[in-house]
Amino acid sequence: MTAAAGELGGIPAPGAWRGAAWAVRRDLRLALRSKAELGVQLLFYVIVVTLIPLGVGPDPALLRALGPGVLWVAALLASLLALPRLFATDFADGTLEQMALSPHPLPGLISGKIAAHWLATGLPLVAASPLLGLQFGLGDDELVVLALGLLLGTPTLSLLGAVGAALTLGLRNGALLALLVLPLYVPVLIFGAGAVDAVRTGMGAAAELSLLGAGLLTALVGAPLAAAAAVRIAID
Amino acid sequence: MLESKQLAAQRGAATLFSGVDFKLAPGDALLVTGANGSGKTTLLRIAAGLSHAVRGTLSWRGAAVAPLDPELRAAVMYIGHAAALKDELTAEENLASLASLHNGVATSDAVRGALASWSLERQRALPSRALSMGQRRRIGLARLTLVPRPLWILDEPAAALDTAGVALLCDMLGAHLAQGGMAIIATHQDIGLSGPSVRGLTLS
Amino acid sequence: MNWFRFASPASFYPLAGRLAPWFGGGAAGFAAAGLYIGLIAAPTDATQGDAYRIIFVHVATAWMSMFIYLVMAFWCAVSLMFNARLAAMMAQALAPTGALFTALALVTGALWGKPTWGTYWAWDARMTSELILLFLYFGYMALRQAIDEPRRADRASAVLALVGAINVPIIYFSVKWWNTLHQEASVSLTSAPTMAAVMLTGMLLLALAAWFYSIAIALTRVRAIILERERHAGWVGEAALAVRGVR
Repeated sequence: MTAAAGELGGIPAPGAWRGAAWAVRRDLRLALRSKAELGVQLLFYVIVVTLIPLGVGPDPALLRALGPGVLWVAALLASLLALPRLFATDFADGTLEQMALSPHPLPGLISGKIAAHWLATGLPLVAASPLLGLQFGLGDDELVVLALGLLLGTPTLSLLGAVGAALTLGLRNGALLALLVLPLYVPVLIFGAGAVDAVRTGMGAAAELSLLGAGLLTALVGAPLAAAAAVRIAID
Repeated sequence: MLESKQLAAQRGAATLFSGVDFKLAPGDALLVTGANGSGKTTLLRIAAGLSHAVRGTLSWRGAAVAPLDPELRAAVMYIGHAAALKDELTAEENLASLASLHNGVATSDAVRGALASWSLERQRALPSRALSMGQRRRIGLARLTLVPRPLWILDEPAAALDTAGVALLCDMLGAHLAQGGMAIIATHQDIGLSGPSVRGLTLS
Repeated sequence: MNWFRFASPASFYPLAGRLAPWFGGGAAGFAAAGLYIGLIAAPTDATQGDAYRIIFVHVATAWMSMFIYLVMAFWCAVSLMFNARLAAMMAQALAPTGALFTALALVTGALWGKPTWGTYWAWDARMTSELILLFLYFGYMALRQAIDEPRRADRASAVLALVGAINVPIIYFSVKWWNTLHQEASVSLTSAPTMAAVMLTGMLLLALAAWFYSIAIALTRVRAIILERERHAGWVGEAALAVRGVR
């Protein structure tokens, strides 16, 4: 996309990959320097999930039925909690302007940022989920599908969330991001929790997992372009 | 070369400035002055291709450019109020990271050399949060030596710099112009830059 | 005639002012005819009694709620592509009406559900989609509200509306999928009495009324938005003086 890229269109050129690699390296290094914040986000996930049995009671059959939904809703909330970090500091300290002015295409740089963000905040949720699923009495197959679903679904959450995070850059209303992003998360929640449910009821989760994968591919193409458009609007 | 015709900018409903014309040929510098809130930063951001003008056109090498035009992006180095430094990274890491973002020279030797030329060799491994305002400003300016660009756009580059820093900045600007570079500098203090190719623009 | 002339707020303002009363009148006429058919002419249903009559309103509002979102997204796309202020203002003017119809669809659906199935709220696919659509409208309006600078508000909310419009079919599909997997909770609002010709006429008339109402309100609201946003332009002062002169 070295030629003029439209607000919402363009085909990634080699430059986009170099920009993405730059952003991944830099943001992962930054994330590793502030491990405490990452730990807090993972702990939030664990604590929210732990609170549910305390609220609804320890009945194993009930918990097993609620488990997939609870684990997914908590993943949505944990993902939302981490979103403001994605662009806010880069916006405040001028880095985002420098990225927009760099020779690399902005959607590529933003894809890299989203990838690093997912590796730092989404992947830990995926890794922790089987352990939390055990607390809800999920069987082995269900645990595998839960983790697989989160592996396919949480990147989509990061991608969609990035659009919301870019649109709300510099705005004082903190809850606005949740209002913009959570309705867009609905399909991911339905297919993600549905996949685990399907295994539990013996139907097999291939359809749900395929749909999660298709959603991820769509978001991979569209979300960085929309987020880049939103960033350009925010720095204008 | 960079040329503007009848640029105008607004903040909210109020007009910041209008009818701004300038022309920069290789070797030219434009010193933008004006009171606080007169729109110096806005003009620089428009010239760098970051913001859009309400009216008027900006052209680069004879072709009108929209904000974030790739041709202009490849030619401009914009250093704004914010130094784009990360508190968690060291001075050296910050400079190397920014230089490689702009496809500049980011080898360890070059980065250390650039830091040394701004007398920052002892702060090399310090996290940026431990640096003073002037030192942060110096890291921002050190980028100019690592990323060769014909057009420099500097917003208050002398702010927080000490006398030695201002002198270094002036030397650098002089060398840049002598090599056919261009610069737009917003400043409200005399940075000692003079010559026939240095013009002033006052926003009111 | 050059229609692009009306793409400027200054020339669209008087045109909108002339058109709005006609659409308003049309809305009143269609609504009166539709309500007459729905409340009086249509026969009482054998199983649902008179309670079913609310679908005349419910169907029209549900159609409009989805349709207005698409129209809004269309204007948003136009505003982004052509940097057109008026298109952004049209989108801004449509959002509250869309949200209103979505809320009405939910309320009428609930009122219909109570006598028919004994519950105000069922996790029916359509009702759930409507609820999420309402959240999308709220998100759009809240984002606009949160941004002080009108041009940035135009463009940011346009990106949001487009992302939302791409998601609306996906959300609808996913909710339907979810609904078929949880049959025990499903109460379908499509199990309406078989449609008689007179009922279809009533529904179409009310749908037309909703259309005309939306256009009239959007035109009126866009006039207010134009005045507010162009208040520093010279012609707005003249327009205000002209209004005062007439009164």
